[in-house]
Amino acid sequence: MKLFPIRGGIHPDYRKERTAEKAIVAFPVPAKLYIPLQQHIGAPAEPVVQAGDLVKKGQLLAKGQGAVSAPNHAPTSGRIEAVMEVTAPHPSGLPQLTIVLESDGKDEWANDLPAPIADPFAATPDELRARVAWAGIVGLGGAAFPTPVKLNLGSQLKIHTLLLNGAECEPYLTCDDRVMREYASDVLDGARIMAHTLGAAKIVVAIEDNKPEAQRIMAEAAKPFPNIAVTGVPVQYPMGSERHLTQAITGLETPARKLTADLGVVVHNVMTARAVHKAVREGKPLLSRVVTVSGGAVSEPKNIEVLIGTKLSELISFCGGLAKEAKRFVNGGPMMGQPLPGLDVPVVKGMSGILALTASEVNEQPANPCIRCGTCVTICPCGLVPVEMAAVIRKDHLDQAAHLGVMDCVSCGSCSYICPSHIPLVHYFNYAKGMLNAQDREKRRLERVKTLAEARNARLEKAAAAKKAAAAAAAKKAAEAAASQSTAENRPGA
Amino acid sequence: MSVMIEKSGPFGHAPSSVSKTMSTVLLALLPATLFNVWLFGWPALFMFVITVGACIIFEAGCLAWQDRPVKSTLFDGSATLTGWLLAMSLPPWTPWWIGVLGAFLAIVLAKHIYGGLGQNVFNPAMVGRVGLLVSFPVQMTAFVPPHPLFSQGAPGFLDSLGLVFGGLKNMDSISAASALGHVKTELTKGIPVSESLPQVFDLTNMLTGMHIGSFGETSAILILLGGLFLMFRGIISWHTPVGLMGALFVCAQLSHMAAPERFASGTFHLLAGATFLGAFFIATDYVTSPISKKGQLVYGMGCGFLIWIIRNFAGYPEGVAFAVLLMNALTPVIDHHIRPRTFGRNSKGEPLPVKGDGK
Repeated sequence: MKLFPIRGGIHPDYRKERTAEKAIVAFPVPAKLYIPLQQHIGAPAEPVVQAGDLVKKGQLLAKGQGAVSAPNHAPTSGRIEAVMEVTAPHPSGLPQLTIVLESDGKDEWANDLPAPIADPFAATPDELRARVAWAGIVGLGGAAFPTPVKLNLGSQLKIHTLLLNGAECEPYLTCDDRVMREYASDVLDGARIMAHTLGAAKIVVAIEDNKPEAQRIMAEAAKPFPNIAVTGVPVQYPMGSERHLTQAITGLETPARKLTADLGVVVHNVMTARAVHKAVREGKPLLSRVVTVSGGAVSEPKNIEVLIGTKLSELISFCGGLAKEAKRFVNGGPMMGQPLPGLDVPVVKGMSGILALTASEVNEQPANPCIRCGTCVTICPCGLVPVEMAAVIRKDHLDQAAHLGVMDCVSCGSCSYICPSHIPLVHYFNYAKGMLNAQDREKRRLERVKTLAEARNARLEKAAAAKKAAAAAAAKKAAEAAASQSTAENRPGA
Repeated sequence: MSVMIEKSGPFGHAPSSVSKTMSTVLLALLPATLFNVWLFGWPALFMFVITVGACIIFEAGCLAWQDRPVKSTLFDGSATLTGWLLAMSLPPWTPWWIGVLGAFLAIVLAKHIYGGLGQNVFNPAMVGRVGLLVSFPVQMTAFVPPHPLFSQGAPGFLDSLGLVFGGLKNMDSISAASALGHVKTELTKGIPVSESLPQVFDLTNMLTGMHIGSFGETSAILILLGGLFLMFRGIISWHTPVGLMGALFVCAQLSHMAAPERFASGTFHLLAGATFLGAFFIATDYVTSPISKKGQLVYGMGCGFLIWIIRNFAGYPEGVAFAVLLMNALTPVIDHHIRPRTFGRNSKGEPLPVKGDGK
């Protein structure tokens, strides 16, 4: 397959060999599960159970709210202990509403789960999308964007290609690699169902060249399907970025502020495809995911299939505990993952990795002055000038940062990684993006308030005018009536 | 449990640092430096040590004066590199105070007045050199022919100390002009280039470095070696050196073809003076050159063009330092106008039109 070059990028120390050959192991059902109501982008789910309720495995715990949301299901059978605030796996360390489920140890499935869809290719896209929405599936690569919303793009745009993202360009992570090796046919079946839902004729599975075994197995599994192409892509971080992968495969550059779908390409992660397969073919909601537990501080790194809601501390114990002191705990990969406030937080749907990194792995150093070496400019996969943006953000000139294109930054972290002066460039950009988004929201809120106020004034004026008109009409009527009465009175012979 | 986290990712870093970058450049300079220490003997070595040492001392003084961390910053290697490059651009036999004064101009005036590492507009080593050249033209143009270490007639250790600290009294008797200087002087006397050039231009000697010039600039081959090493290590890219040497060669060669009596050839201009040192080590200074590759190409070409102009039409025989400083002044303008194209946008910054099958 002809590939197209992408700009810049880096070659970080991948350290995948720690877990690449570790087959996925299942983590036993823990005594307690903590299911946060917001594990996805969009509105939080709304609980439909309360403390004391007995639930079966797969039963709905919280339903999605609004267009962009996802429901949650009971990962095992047991009793709802509470719906309460628990520390979320979020950098803030703030609590969020969480359903606490005490396992009864029976792991009994609910008996009202939907039936498998025997022939999904005879089903309508709407039926399939409804099933994926029911299952609570979100992007399992890490973004946790509700999958049904992305599957709906085919109804508005003409989608020609489903690009299945098996690049897994983040260092350390091997969970996608293992899923492709161990569940290749499930992944491809899920992909075919997604392509059918999107109306996409073609499926391309892109796997970075540092996963030759996954490439081989997936290619073998794809042989019966002429519309599926499995292709290797160069090992070049951030190859797994949606826009960059699309460019590498199709040569098409997604315009700023547009989606890859505008070019006819929708990108889904391989593990998401497997979840779709399970929801459609087996009628099972998303209850677990495969997560890579790694990092230099972990005694025995592993790839683990774990129920959503399991506490990270239990997973680390399952991996033999910490052998060394961990400087950082990370949710996801080291490049774009989020720092964790600690290990007393649950596994959520978008958690692809749990890393306990030592100080030498993190290699955090105080920032030195910029020597203008220009490496950040050379490697920026988005063609930005990080050094310049950081300089204006440091002075809090956010409008200038926006002008320089900070909102086009994908936060891949390449510039921070490579900077010889250890300047936390992407930290500046994340700050600026957060502030600019907040400003934008505030602006929109004010505009909306203004529109509402104007509408209210208009309404009041209209009402007042109507009242006046009615009063005038009434007065006129009364006058007419009076006149007619007097006429009548004056009628001769009355 | 609620731990505030002060910094976002990435949680990992390339094994790169400012001091590693600087020491790689120093390593690349080493072959040419060692050769020239041998070529010009003890006085050159003393001058080199004095200049680099003075730079380090001035750097430490400036850092302490500004209450900045002295220890960690001093060993980032930037002051050493400035001193090293300044020493390479000075005449090999020169009184001690030239090196100290040059170090003062470079470190205090050109670097720390502007805010220290990364903040200076002009290349510190070249500010040092140009400041000395315009203030002390006699000392700064007193070149000596090669006096290889331990060779017949080369000054010994103690003689050399006397030369450097006691003054170079009999300098006039041994000094000679550099190739560029010779051609220029002869031209003012009305002797055409075609006549004066063959007297000083020996291709083999120019390549190996067995000729008259500043302390570190004579050996084209060893400097090229260092430059290629820097490219191989990804410290510099080809854009600045190729731009500089390309523009200089094209200008020189075209003018030479048009008027061989008046203009020396492209090959001569490439090999004479500080062209190689300037192209690979001076114009490529990170702080004072553009950050984008395209910008560096333009900047290099500007340097090359100005070198040719100065060498042929200005009062000075050599123009690398002036050209680099002039282009330093243009760096912010180049950076402002020449920038990479943002992903998904055209060169004007507008979003690209939607292509493909989607609607």
